[in-house]
Amino acid sequence: MSNIKNRTDGSNFSSPLGARGILLDDRQKQVSIAGANERTIDCNKASLAGSVSQRACVFCGSRVVLYPIVDALHIIHGPIGCAAYTWDIRGSLSSGPELHRLSYSTDLQERDVIFGGEKKLYASIIELIELHNPKAAFIYTTCIVGVIGDDVEQICRTVEKEKGIPIIPVQAPGFQGSKKDGYKVACEAIFTLVGTKSKPFTPAKSINILGDFNLAGELWILLEYYKKMGVHVNATITGDGRVDDICNAHNAALNVVQCSGSMNYLAKMMKDEYGIPSMRVSYFGIEDMSDALYDVARFFKDDDMMDKARELVKEEFTRLIPQLAWYKERLTGKKAAIYVGGAFKAISLVKALRLIGVQSVIVGSQTGTTEDYELIKQLCDEGTIIVDDSNPVELSHFVKEKQADIFIGGVKERPIAHKIGLGFCDHNHERKEPLAGYEGMLNFAKEIYATAMSPVWKFTK
Amino acid sequence: MIEAKTYTSTRNSCKLCAPLGASMVFKGIEGCVPLIHGSQGCATYIRRYMISHYKEPVDIASSNFSEESTVFGGSKNFITGIENIVKQYKPNVIGIASTCLSETIGEDIPGHIRHYKESHEADGSVIPTFIHTSTPSYSGSHAEGFHNTVLAAVKAIAKHKKTVETLNIFPGMVSPADIRYLKELLEDFGMKYVLFPDFSETLDNEYTAEYQLIPTGGTPMIDIEHIGDSKATIEFGTSFNKTVNRTKDSGSLQTAGEWLQSTYYIRNHQMQLPIGIETSDKFIKTLEEISGKPMPEKHRKERGRLVDAYVDAHKYVFGKKALIYGEEDFVTAMADWLKEIGIEAFWIKGADFETLREKADEFKPDFLLGNSKGYYIARELKIPLVRVGFPIHDRFGATRIHHIGYRGTQELFDLVVNALIDYKQENSPIGYKYL
Repeated sequence: MSNIKNRTDGSNFSSPLGARGILLDDRQKQVSIAGANERTIDCNKASLAGSVSQRACVFCGSRVVLYPIVDALHIIHGPIGCAAYTWDIRGSLSSGPELHRLSYSTDLQERDVIFGGEKKLYASIIELIELHNPKAAFIYTTCIVGVIGDDVEQICRTVEKEKGIPIIPVQAPGFQGSKKDGYKVACEAIFTLVGTKSKPFTPAKSINILGDFNLAGELWILLEYYKKMGVHVNATITGDGRVDDICNAHNAALNVVQCSGSMNYLAKMMKDEYGIPSMRVSYFGIEDMSDALYDVARFFKDDDMMDKARELVKEEFTRLIPQLAWYKERLTGKKAAIYVGGAFKAISLVKALRLIGVQSVIVGSQTGTTEDYELIKQLCDEGTIIVDDSNPVELSHFVKEKQADIFIGGVKERPIAHKIGLGFCDHNHERKEPLAGYEGMLNFAKEIYATAMSPVWKFTK
Repeated sequence: MIEAKTYTSTRNSCKLCAPLGASMVFKGIEGCVPLIHGSQGCATYIRRYMISHYKEPVDIASSNFSEESTVFGGSKNFITGIENIVKQYKPNVIGIASTCLSETIGEDIPGHIRHYKESHEADGSVIPTFIHTSTPSYSGSHAEGFHNTVLAAVKAIAKHKKTVETLNIFPGMVSPADIRYLKELLEDFGMKYVLFPDFSETLDNEYTAEYQLIPTGGTPMIDIEHIGDSKATIEFGTSFNKTVNRTKDSGSLQTAGEWLQSTYYIRNHQMQLPIGIETSDKFIKTLEEISGKPMPEKHRKERGRLVDAYVDAHKYVFGKKALIYGEEDFVTAMADWLKEIGIEAFWIKGADFETLREKADEFKPDFLLGNSKGYYIARELKIPLVRVGFPIHDRFGATRIHHIGYRGTQELFDLVVNALIDYKQENSPIGYKYL
């Protein structure tokens, strides 16, 4: 392996990862191990060409974030692939309209590429508005739209005037960065709606929930908790999202941000423009879930609210702890590998797994930040492999090296795990079981148990 | 078949993009890693789409275009991409598919390949074989991408030295189980053959315990080279890569079989996908002619059992109506088969799912037959969906479904008959234990 260099930056890197020739030169600094003296890994880099990254593109980032806005049209301007591969892609449930589950494309053809796709886009938006009467329309531009010179913003302005609803261009050519840059594009699109309408009355103690996408109805679980505490939830961005609620989002007192990777930028813009403070929370695992409730009560300096939160947590703990103990007894000693989209989620997963006796031996994400990875480094047991923007070659090697029993990831990680005899827990965005909240923690434990304890593994040894 | 009302937009597309079809073909070459020359998302979306169907690892590399590559050209990313694939995967072959982006900015992929070879031959490194296919997603669907890639690979690799007693078989976008069936059939006939592309193992592998960077299986490169020496070709399909009007290359598009016939005078037997007894008979008759041998007893019996099954269950299917969709070659074959058993088939050329859903109100179908993406229509109409073809994302076992030959027809027939009986039984006020 003459073309793979060992690490040369002199840091304490005892793991044989590099030496075995698994890592490409340019990826050496995106992998490290937990431990006080270890370096925090590099991140926020473009994926390396040819490395088979598990990430998608700018378009993907914007699409997944805006997808759960259920009463808006989502029209993808470009050739067919981008629309086809994102049709009904997230398990984001709606309590009303289901417009978001339809896939619309201008399906650009060769002649459109030559002569321009503007007329086709205009006609498409008009006909679809007339067909569905949406509250707004998001127009996603894909790779070639900028290259062929279509003026999408102008078309959006024209249709907006004609039809009287917001038509929002989402500038998402895939090549303009990574999936994370797409989150930012989505935040900008959402922000154009914020503050454009005020509802007659928004209660003082109201929050916006940012970064929950109502996968398998998770948002509804949270709404129930906040309702019990007497907190008014104003806009949910974007899970079960409504255009009118987003327009009124500036009237909330606080932004409660989960999935910070995707939503911090929006929270920051809302802070700058409307002075709305924000807090970072996670709804995975019972510790983080409880903190999410307490922190909100603390923010409003409301004793009654805090008492209700405590009561709720106590009730849930009484119910859950014995059940979780049952799982812990059986799962203790198991080792897990985590590779998910956002690093903040990974952090909660490490804690949730610990609660049921499972040790995390690999923790990685597609889009984590330096702060996230620093936190992971401190949180994890010494020797845990920490990785940013990994790929099948690395992941399959890491799990073998660390002898993981279970893998927690998404669709693309599942066959890697299964092919080499690891259990697998879906933590992707098409999952059907809620994993957030107290109920979610129990589901998570059940799922880990089901995959770790299946009798089929005797045939893979 | 009827004509669709035309909407300007495509609503819930039935087709996928061309690089997906190309990736499938590349997965059917032994030792091959596909590279999609475009943005990172193209490769990742296609991987995700294929993984959800095949339930197998599908590693596809991307040259990961940046703003810089889009403005100044993707040569640098292409070279880095190839270098990293070579380091990590050590492939014999790299299959390169272009995208809408790389085509629109006019990337010279053959030039990049030359450049890579020149700069790496000097230092003595091992150079993989490159196969390049032009697959802009604004031109045709995944079916075009598939057949154009079969053609590109054959053109690039096949040589002619001397004619030998070998048959080329290009089955098209069939399932891994179908490919395994074809291989068994040809072996039972005692024929030498080259089946291309063969993803029966690469996309439907056994449990391996170790992560195979490049899964075992695929048509060996040496076999693809010998395609030019064969005495005959059989290719399944009628529309192939010819359903779109292209401004580039218009009129010059051939199938791989046509190209071999015009270049090396290898007789090409083009035929519809053998679904149903009549088309399967035609296929078997062609094999008998080429091999000079009669149909093996095992397969004669499979045909016999199929006829017997037709007779036993004919009343349950006769007069029913099916709404079918998918790749055109697949749909025309299915329509003819359904006609053979007395089922009326409706399909709409080039339609998207929303058009199908609207038209279904007039057709009043008894069931849907096609990939899993039509499920929402079946659910709305409260009628069965018989899942066949590609993709099947909401069930297991898609790779194990047989569609072609007597065996495939038998399996499809049982699926359809039982779906109709199940529906009737479920909706019966009393329920029953016998037919």
